[in-house]
Order: sequence, then C-alpha cells, then structure tokens
Amino acid sequence: MLDARFFHRWMTAAAAAVDREAGRLTELDAAIGDADHGSNLQRGFTAVAAVLEQDAPDTPGAVLTLAGRRLISTVGGASGPLYGTLLRRTGKALGDAAEVTPAQLAEALDAGVAAVAQLGGAKAGDKTMLDALLPAAEALRESFAAARAAARQGALDTVGLLARKGRASYLGERSIGHQDPGATSSALLVATLAETAAGEAS
Amino acid sequence: MRMLINVPETVVPDALRGIAAAHPELTVDVENRVIVRRDAPVAGQVALVSGGGSGHEPLHGGFVGPGMLAAACPGEVFTSPVPDQMVRAAAAVDSGEGVLFVVKNYTGDVLNFDMAAELAEDEGVQLAKVLVDDDIAVTDSLYTAGRRGTGATLFVEKIAGAAAEEGAPLERVESIARRVNDNARSFGVALSACTTPAKGSPTFDLPPGELELGIGIHGEPGRERRAMMTSREIADFTVHALLDDLPTSGPVIVLVNGMGATPLLELYGFNAEVQRVLAERRVAVARTLVGNYVTSLDMAGCSVTICQIDEELLRLWDAPVQTPALRWGR
Repeated sequence: MLDARFFHRWMTAAAAAVDREAGRLTELDAAIGDADHGSNLQRGFTAVAAVLEQDAPDTPGAVLTLAGRRLISTVGGASGPLYGTLLRRTGKALGDAAEVTPAQLAEALDAGVAAVAQLGGAKAGDKTMLDALLPAAEALRESFAAARAAARQGALDTVGLLARKGRASYLGERSIGHQDPGATSSALLVATLAETAAGEAS
Repeated sequence: MRMLINVPETVVPDALRGIAAAHPELTVDVENRVIVRRDAPVAGQVALVSGGGSGHEPLHGGFVGPGMLAAACPGEVFTSPVPDQMVRAAAAVDSGEGVLFVVKNYTGDVLNFDMAAELAEDEGVQLAKVLVDDDIAVTDSLYTAGRRGTGATLFVEKIAGAAAEEGAPLERVESIARRVNDNARSFGVALSACTTPAKGSPTFDLPPGELELGIGIHGEPGRERRAMMTSREIADFTVHALLDDLPTSGPVIVLVNGMGATPLLELYGFNAEVQRVLAERRVAVARTLVGNYVTSLDMAGCSVTICQIDEELLRLWDAPVQTPALRWGR
C-alpha cells in the first residue's frame, strides 16, 4: 500500500532529479524550443518540495493535489498548467483514502494523463509529454519498473517525430531529429516514481 | 556571454525594481509581478490586461498607462506568467466595466490566461479575451499550435486601449481588438540568435554569412536558413510574403521592429526599403513606427508588421497615449 509519505518521498525525489537534470532539459529545449524547460521545472519542483515540507498533507490525494497547485502557481509557460494538471487531477482521482494500491494509482494516473491531453489538445505522436506518459500509465498496471521503461522508451521515440503542439511545432520538419524536452521530463518523473517504489520494497 | 546582470535567477525582479524607480506613474508590485497604471481602476473604463514572458521589453510593461494597458504581468524570461498574476492584475484594474485579456498565441500563455480567466470570473470580474496570432511564418492548421503573436500585439494594445480610454463597453473593445488582429500580419528575420540568462549561450547556432527567416520572438529557430541578404532583399522577401498572406491596397499602419540588438540606423535604412516595396505594390501607408518594441533579448534582426486600417482604427491609433514606451498626443 502507498501512503502520503510515499507520495511525499516521490515528490522530493522528483525535485532532486529535476535539479540534477535541469541543464540537460534546457539543452534539449534550446534545440527545438526556447531553452528554459529545465529552469522552469526546477523552480516549480523546488517550490513543491518546500510546500510539502511545511504543510505535509495526510493523504496521497492531498499530496499530489497540493503539489499540482503549487506547480501551476510557480512554473508558468505550458509546463506549469500541464504538469500542475497532471498531479492535481491524479490526486483528485485518488480521493481521500489514507492509503492506495499501485492499481489505484495506475487508474488515477490515467485520469491525470487524460486531463493533460484535454488541456493541451495533444494526442499520442504529437511529440509532447504524452508520448512518455501514455505508455507509462498503461505499463503501470504491470509494474513500476515497466512504467519507467515505457516512459523512457516513449521519450526516446520522440526523436523521430514531427512536433504538432507547443513551441517546437513552429519548426515544422526541422523539429524531427530532436528528443522532446517535455517527454524527457515526464520520463524523469516516472523514473523517480519507480525509484521511490523500489526504495520502499527494499 | 557577458550580461549586465547579477544572477540569472533575479533578472526579472531586478528589472521590475528599476521600472518602479524610473516610472512613478506606474504601480509595480515586484513580489507578485504585476505592473499597474497608478490611477487604476479608472471609473467607467474597460481595463486591458496583458502579459507574457519577459525578454520582449518594452512589451508589455512599457505599454502600461493611459490609452493603452491598465496592467501587465511579466513572466520569467520567455515563460508565460502564472494565473495568480493575471487574477491579481484583473482585480486591481477592474472598475466594474470588465477586463479584456490580450493574449499572444503561445501554448503556455493561452493555458495560463485561460486558468486565470476562470478564477477571475469566479471572483465576479466580467472578462473577455482576444488572441493575437499574426506571424505568417508559422503554418496555421488545426493540428498545430497555430500562428504566433508578435508585432501585432502593439497594434491591438494601442488601438483597443484607446477605445477603452474613450469609454467603449467591453464588447466593443473586444471586437475592435479582434478586428485589429484579423487585419494584421508579421514576419521576422534573425541575423543572430539570442542568449537567455538561464542558458548563457545562444539559443541556436547561426554561422556567419547566414540568416534565419521566419523567426519568432523567443530565440526559437526559424523555418528556413539562407545566405546573408541585403536590407533591400530582406525587405522584398518580407513585404511580398506579408502581402501574399494579406492582399491589401491599404491604408496600413507599418511597424518596422528591431529584435533588440539591431541599431536604429539599420532599422531606418530597412524601413526605407520596406516603404519602397509597399509603394511598388501600391499599398497606401497611413502611419509608420520604427523602433525596438517587441524584442527578443539581444537578438539581431527585425520584423515587419502591417495592419490594414479604416478611419475608426486610424483615429484610435492617433488618440493620445501615455506609457513608458509609446507617448504621443498630449
């Protein structure tokens, strides 16, 4: 079972991972966007870690909802509302249970990913964060490790795609050949989830 | 890259403190990142609120004041502001006549302004929104993010702002703003990439002897790269592209805009070429504005915006405006 502390640890791990990878995310963004994805997420997840430290909510749903709201208030750009909505709607779908099963999390993540797709108007293959999140949500029904691998593969596969949403879409054909920064940070978020779960198991 | 900054993290608040010191006619909330005209809310007036990533100065903060914006919300460099900023700005400027959000068409700006609109409406503010999408370099289709908002933003904010200043109701201000956008087109050219404080090196690599056609205002690369062209050739290419997209015999207002690092001397020379092509195409020019208004940090290059106007829009363009960056008629 996964409790509020598990989700708090996930968010803390995500903040550390974003901090570590910020430079790489910004580099990817410079190639097909505007060179700020890393610094934007860094600002947001630092704020998430701080607010969770200060105001530790006691259910998994409340942890993710608070984290999502904090991202919306601090990140800006497209990634603020999109990542904020992902966590907020996943949290909302978890309800107010004190503990949730991995299967319940997989189901809630489906709802979160669907909300992202609706807000951004993107679909699979548009070279966006969905290309990592959709396969990850699917594979999470199997295991955390499978979700991590699926997200990673999804992000790598964006290299060959033509961007149809967001700033990279302005490049048209020139967006092909670059890995999508949003899919990359999504894979990072799923990887920290799997790491947190693995830490739990050992 | 050498920059006149302290640390990248404080570039935006540092600039806001400087704006506050230079412009006592504005109220600058540095912590919450909102710039408001000091006499807001103005009774009987619709209020225009805009915002977007920083790095395009004087857009938008330099356009706050009587006859233009009631408030502006600066985000991080090249990053749209967060909804909290727009909600705060709307509450500060709403006189009860309503608020018009002027939003440049970028995924981030649209999402954050939409969220803000929902929250502000919950607080009882009557809201309307106009999207600016004038950049013809971007292929517009149902399956992409659509055309970017660039130079036409200045036209929308000035002309709709004048209508608001005259006391026009929200519906009317909104329809004027939309009319301006629908009749405006822009195209930009980069002679160098720009450098964001966070990255510290140029956002794309442009070898000497080449230029980038169809750039945006965020250092995103353009659609096409060519061997360096003369001012005359760039004007031919740009104006023909604009008129192919918006066939018009005028009258038009022309904005010859610098991207930040191109000297006015070059911009004026380029304007002469732009006017030559417009004359060759028999387009009547009613007004021309030359300068750095919608910039992209330290990018070298220019953009041209044309807006087809009628008598009413021209009268509103000529109406008094009193902001840090645009000031005439009083």
